[in-house]
Amino acid sequence: MAHTPILTFTEKGIYCAAGDFYIDPWRPVQRALITHGHADHARPGHASYLATHTALPVMRHRLGDISAEGIGFGETRMIGDAKVSFHPAGHVPGSAQIRIEVDGEIWVASGDYKTEGDGLSETFEPLRCHHFITESTFGLPVFRWQPQATVASEINAWWARCAANGKTAFLGAYALGKAQRLLSMLDPETGPILTHGAVEATNRILREQGLNLPQTVQATADVKPKDYPGAIVLAPPSALGSAWARKFGAQESAFASGWMQLRGVRRRRAGDRGFVISDHADWAGLIDTITQTGAENIYVTHGYTDIFTRYMNENGWNAQVVPTEFEGETLDQEPGA
Amino acid sequence: MKEFAALFSAIDQSTKTTVKVDALVRYFEQAPKDDRLWTIALFSGRRPKRAVTTTRLREWGAEMAGIPLWLFEECYPIVGDLAETIALVLPPVTTTDDRSLSTWITDLRGLSEADETARREFVLNAWSTLGGTERFVFNKLITGGFRMGVSQKLMTRALARATGRSEAELAHRLMGGWQPDTTSWETLIEIDDPGADASRPYPFYLAYALEGTPEDLGETSDWRAEWKWDGIRGQLIVRDGQHFVWSRGEELMTDRFPELARARDFLPDGTVMDGELLVWKPASDSPASFNALQKRIGRKTVPKKLLTEAPVVLHAYDLLEWQGEDLRDTPFAERRRLLETACAGLPPEAPVRLSPQLSFDTWEELADLRAEARAEQAEGVMLKRGDSAYLVGRKKGDWWKWKLDPLTIDAVMIYAQSGHGRRANLFTDFTFAVWNGNDLVPFTKAYSGLTDAEFREITAWVRKNTLQRFGPVRQVTPHHVFEIAFEGIQESPRHKSGVALRFPRMSRWRQDKPLQEANTLDDLKDMLRIYG
Repeated sequence: MAHTPILTFTEKGIYCAAGDFYIDPWRPVQRALITHGHADHARPGHASYLATHTALPVMRHRLGDISAEGIGFGETRMIGDAKVSFHPAGHVPGSAQIRIEVDGEIWVASGDYKTEGDGLSETFEPLRCHHFITESTFGLPVFRWQPQATVASEINAWWARCAANGKTAFLGAYALGKAQRLLSMLDPETGPILTHGAVEATNRILREQGLNLPQTVQATADVKPKDYPGAIVLAPPSALGSAWARKFGAQESAFASGWMQLRGVRRRRAGDRGFVISDHADWAGLIDTITQTGAENIYVTHGYTDIFTRYMNENGWNAQVVPTEFEGETLDQEPGA
Repeated sequence: MKEFAALFSAIDQSTKTTVKVDALVRYFEQAPKDDRLWTIALFSGRRPKRAVTTTRLREWGAEMAGIPLWLFEECYPIVGDLAETIALVLPPVTTTDDRSLSTWITDLRGLSEADETARREFVLNAWSTLGGTERFVFNKLITGGFRMGVSQKLMTRALARATGRSEAELAHRLMGGWQPDTTSWETLIEIDDPGADASRPYPFYLAYALEGTPEDLGETSDWRAEWKWDGIRGQLIVRDGQHFVWSRGEELMTDRFPELARARDFLPDGTVMDGELLVWKPASDSPASFNALQKRIGRKTVPKKLLTEAPVVLHAYDLLEWQGEDLRDTPFAERRRLLETACAGLPPEAPVRLSPQLSFDTWEELADLRAEARAEQAEGVMLKRGDSAYLVGRKKGDWWKWKLDPLTIDAVMIYAQSGHGRRANLFTDFTFAVWNGNDLVPFTKAYSGLTDAEFREITAWVRKNTLQRFGPVRQVTPHHVFEIAFEGIQESPRHKSGVALRFPRMSRWRQDKPLQEANTLDDLKDMLRIYG
């Protein structure tokens, strides 16, 4: 039976006519359902916001005074004729997939997701559905992540070696999500952990929500580097090599991102080390997730959409590319990757 | 291979020279001698002959990874390196292998005798044994090209520390046509052999570009000046009744320039000259443009007709060895005097000309001479301190090249293509056009001159402004104007525009300049008339 799809892809974003709302819209709308607080998903200017209780504090911090309502994971709510619920996406703390059911037909907009548990974010939960909207940031078979524990020991070994050589270790990572995940992976026995202001602001919010993060010291102007020998500093990538960073004297820098899988990108970053760790699903993670949803119709957004879609279609799915205002987390911007 | 893979990782994981050199020193002290020799060979661009075609490698890689070939081909330009793409798509393994680097290379070379089934079995077997960096290094051994942030200079420095020999001596030992199969660590590095290979050239001394004007160099009387020729830098060796011609890139070019064989008739054994290979116009007794030389570059054998049309001579400007004696520590003024002696009375049929010295008393006079360089088929002037020794590599202070400012033209970007390796995923290769009425006529490509930040910015723009894709090439909206700098311009029937540029690059991104104000084809033709 032909009918209007439950979700449509409009120039403002993903729209649900049955409930008259948008998901992660990029133009101002009346009612926005937000998967998570990263800037390319939670845009300013909407009349009302709905997001998980754990995603809201960061969104309020970033977007200022917004009219927003929280929802619990798994809690069901009727919006118009649409039955809506939020489920863990495992991308960053508070991040959700949004499930929409109308007349027994189920759609899932997964936002950004990662399948491996990281100990901080609510663990990803595959959802059975008919239509699945997936990202494809790392939708190529060259992207394959190591278990988090393996990367953690690489990072800790690097930090320990820096400390032994009398150098400060600078680790670049995005302020929301990746930085806290890295924090939780560090071995505090190695030395003090300092943070850039942007990272610490997010730490504070997440700690207030009850997230258990190791002790950190914000590296403000009056913090004297010599008081913190053997320290590691967590900072946004843009702060690496800045005047602020240089006052720490002898140092090594590293960058933590899924893009570090590629040697060319690593070398272009001109840092000393690259650690391959991402808050997105790798190739196998994407394919496994899509298989588990049981969905036949796949909508591919953010990333290597053309290539990923072709592969899905050749392997029996009915896949199509969904255009987005944001080319997403490409190599040029790399937020939260 | 473990030690070599560890060395590779240590170098690859740092941007600091000291860390890289330390890693190399440790390796040169500890690795087996055959492995050290192969490492020197690999880092100096000598690699085992390719035993497997890249087509087969792609097919086998995709097959073992369980992905369709098209998907592999899509990944390759994004990764930017074939060896790395294969290493990444293959299923991960945790095993390792104890065979040494030289053993692996010997086995690989044996493959060229084997049939395809055996090659396939060998490669697939290696892929299922070697994990991580070892797998990547193995692929690099097959595909060649170990570009990894270690220059020959750094390697020589590390070798000097590991062996206690001087860098200059090692640089000289590493020159020439040695191959790791026909020599040994001892012969190459350790044995004192005065009668070493007669073909061995001296390391070239390279000049720095002079920024600004030469006034800061002090008294003009301390300096010698000559034309900076626009040809191929070459070293002519006459020893033991043989002759050899080397390029600056350490390529043996003897067979490419057969006319230089006659040097043996005119120069005594034990002579080594540094100079510029130029096409000579016998009628006017002057050098032809670089365009004429271009016909000879890349030709391994030269047809007779071309030998007559475009004969090559060496414009000698330095004498490195005379009567078997190494002159490199002798001051330039004295080497020059000896060079003039060596060239005195050479008949016109000798394939060597003395490159003249320019006489000047003030820097202004030299500046006036330099302004005339294009008319002499030169690209500027060279300044050499009279008391300078002939050093190794690029050193600041005694030799300067003072080139003419490049020619420039403002052009519109119309096509973009992404780069490789470090520049994979960035649009870095562009095609530029000038106006011809209301049409844009492509006339050159350029891919250097912008900063990484500018390349990132233009890449984001290209993604959003693609009109059409032709394979890897994207046609973009004509919008951005760039200043293209180049060293020369020639007529070229092969190009739509009718011109070809020499060494074009982007000198400025003219964000201030509207599209309509880019230059025209007529402007280009005017330049061709004046400078072509």
